[in-house]
Amino acid sequence: MRALVSAVYLFLYAPIALVVLFSFNAGRNASEFTGFSTQWYGKALSNGFLTDALINSLIIAFTSATLAAVFGTMAALGMERLSPRTRAVFDGLFAAAIVVPGVVIGIATLVALVEVFAFINPVLASLWPGERPPKIGLGYGSIIAAHGLFSMALVTMIVKARISSLGRDIIEASGDLYATPLTTFRQIVLPQILPSILAGFLLAFTFSFDDFIVAFFVAGSKTTLPMYVFASIRRGVTPEINAIATLVLVASLVMIVVARVLMRERKAKTAATE
Amino acid sequence: MPLAPATKRNLVTSALVAPAAAWLFVFLVLPFIAILVFAFGERAPEGGYQAAFTFAQFANLGSRAAAFRNTMMIAPVGAFLCLIVAYPVAYFLAVKASPKYRLVLVSLVVVPFWTSLLVRTYAWMYILGSRGLPNLLDMVGISDVRMLNTPGAVLLGIVYGYLPLMIMPIYVSLEKLDLRLLEASADLGAKPLSTFFGITLPLSLPGVMTGTALVTILLLGEYLIPQLLGGGKVFFIGNALVDLFLQSRNWPFGSAIAVTLVAVVVLVLLVAMRIAWRFAGTRQVDLV
Repeated sequence: MRALVSAVYLFLYAPIALVVLFSFNAGRNASEFTGFSTQWYGKALSNGFLTDALINSLIIAFTSATLAAVFGTMAALGMERLSPRTRAVFDGLFAAAIVVPGVVIGIATLVALVEVFAFINPVLASLWPGERPPKIGLGYGSIIAAHGLFSMALVTMIVKARISSLGRDIIEASGDLYATPLTTFRQIVLPQILPSILAGFLLAFTFSFDDFIVAFFVAGSKTTLPMYVFASIRRGVTPEINAIATLVLVASLVMIVVARVLMRERKAKTAATE
Repeated sequence: MPLAPATKRNLVTSALVAPAAAWLFVFLVLPFIAILVFAFGERAPEGGYQAAFTFAQFANLGSRAAAFRNTMMIAPVGAFLCLIVAYPVAYFLAVKASPKYRLVLVSLVVVPFWTSLLVRTYAWMYILGSRGLPNLLDMVGISDVRMLNTPGAVLLGIVYGYLPLMIMPIYVSLEKLDLRLLEASADLGAKPLSTFFGITLPLSLPGVMTGTALVTILLLGEYLIPQLLGGGKVFFIGNALVDLFLQSRNWPFGSAIAVTLVAVVVLVLLVAMRIAWRFAGTRQVDLV
């Protein structure tokens, strides 16, 4: 049993470790480690296309995760107060946002946005007083919107779970002691749900930063880091990709470990108060 | 005039859910209506969409039968393989592992799931590619082994990519298993194997169901793994969709396939929920 489980852990980590190892390979050969070198990192980071893609990904992940954290938390708080029927509609839509395959989300968003732009742009052009009317199209906005959909559902799910385990008596006590609802929220509710909001933000960031398929459809002329990596892989495996892949891995590892620690802390605290 | 408390309460509630509601409507409901409308339309001569009302796109689904066949066969088989590998690990974590290391060991399972699937799949492309394992085999005299671009490679990628998602729900249902039941069974003379099939397995079925349903549903829409490890030879519905939208620009037909894919996902989900209904009291799974 122990041997079997060790083998599975090896299976989970060996391929990743191999990519990391070969990102430090001095030679170009993919099956022979010829010495330690960080040259591929230098090469990768001096590649303008790559750094552009990285910056795009960071902007998109940060913006979509922030919007998701704010709006998702608001939705989680608001859904508590809805009638059961309306709440069920929201639950269903959020579940759909998570369950519908990314490839369908990408396609559907593309189709809808292209139609909307085809309608709005002529209207905008006829209303514009100047010479060159602005044209809206696919880009940062559409990727952020599509990533925000999944992320918001994720944040809402996590924060809702936290809210449902919140002690009601302390909130009532706060009201009895003449705290305004806003004060109760700031001093009692927010501190308790903050770790789950942060964890939701980090997971949303990781999702957006790693997503390929949704961005692939709605990115327009923009390129995200996964899109760049995908395109490079299709041109052939090179040590430079190993270096980029390692950087991507490290970024998501940091995010997920911090998110997990935040969620654990909350669990430990709940256990302590119980 | 001050607002009545009830009105004020409703205003606050609406303000809280309004942004999410707008988002869900504009970027989920509206897009889905759009592909539904497109699916009944016609392809414009230059590509794209032309308004019409026809079932031609759905009638044409058979021309992509291979993609549907591959997906419907490989996704359940992949989920089943995941289950076979995942169960012993989940059992070990929940029952055998020392509590001191349990948290770390569980974390080590979850963490890969949240790292880039693209990078993790790429790692296997690297290993199975001609300069990887086949090259090593060549050195010991076994030549001309092709590993990449086979159904086996796709299945391997699936097990690798989705194993954490299968382990977690099974672990959660085994974790609450009362170990005294196992002792009682042994004391009453049951062999380990009959204890397993009589007690452990039935009590972990909710987790098995959740994991299998989750993995199957996500696999139905998979694109990256067949694309990178199947290399155009083993392709899923997702790959057909990308091809139709970005290469041949046949949006109405692509929409019809997308709508059908969603219908299949919903169907699988309903069946899974129906079965899960029988195992009431399924604990919520923490995927984080």
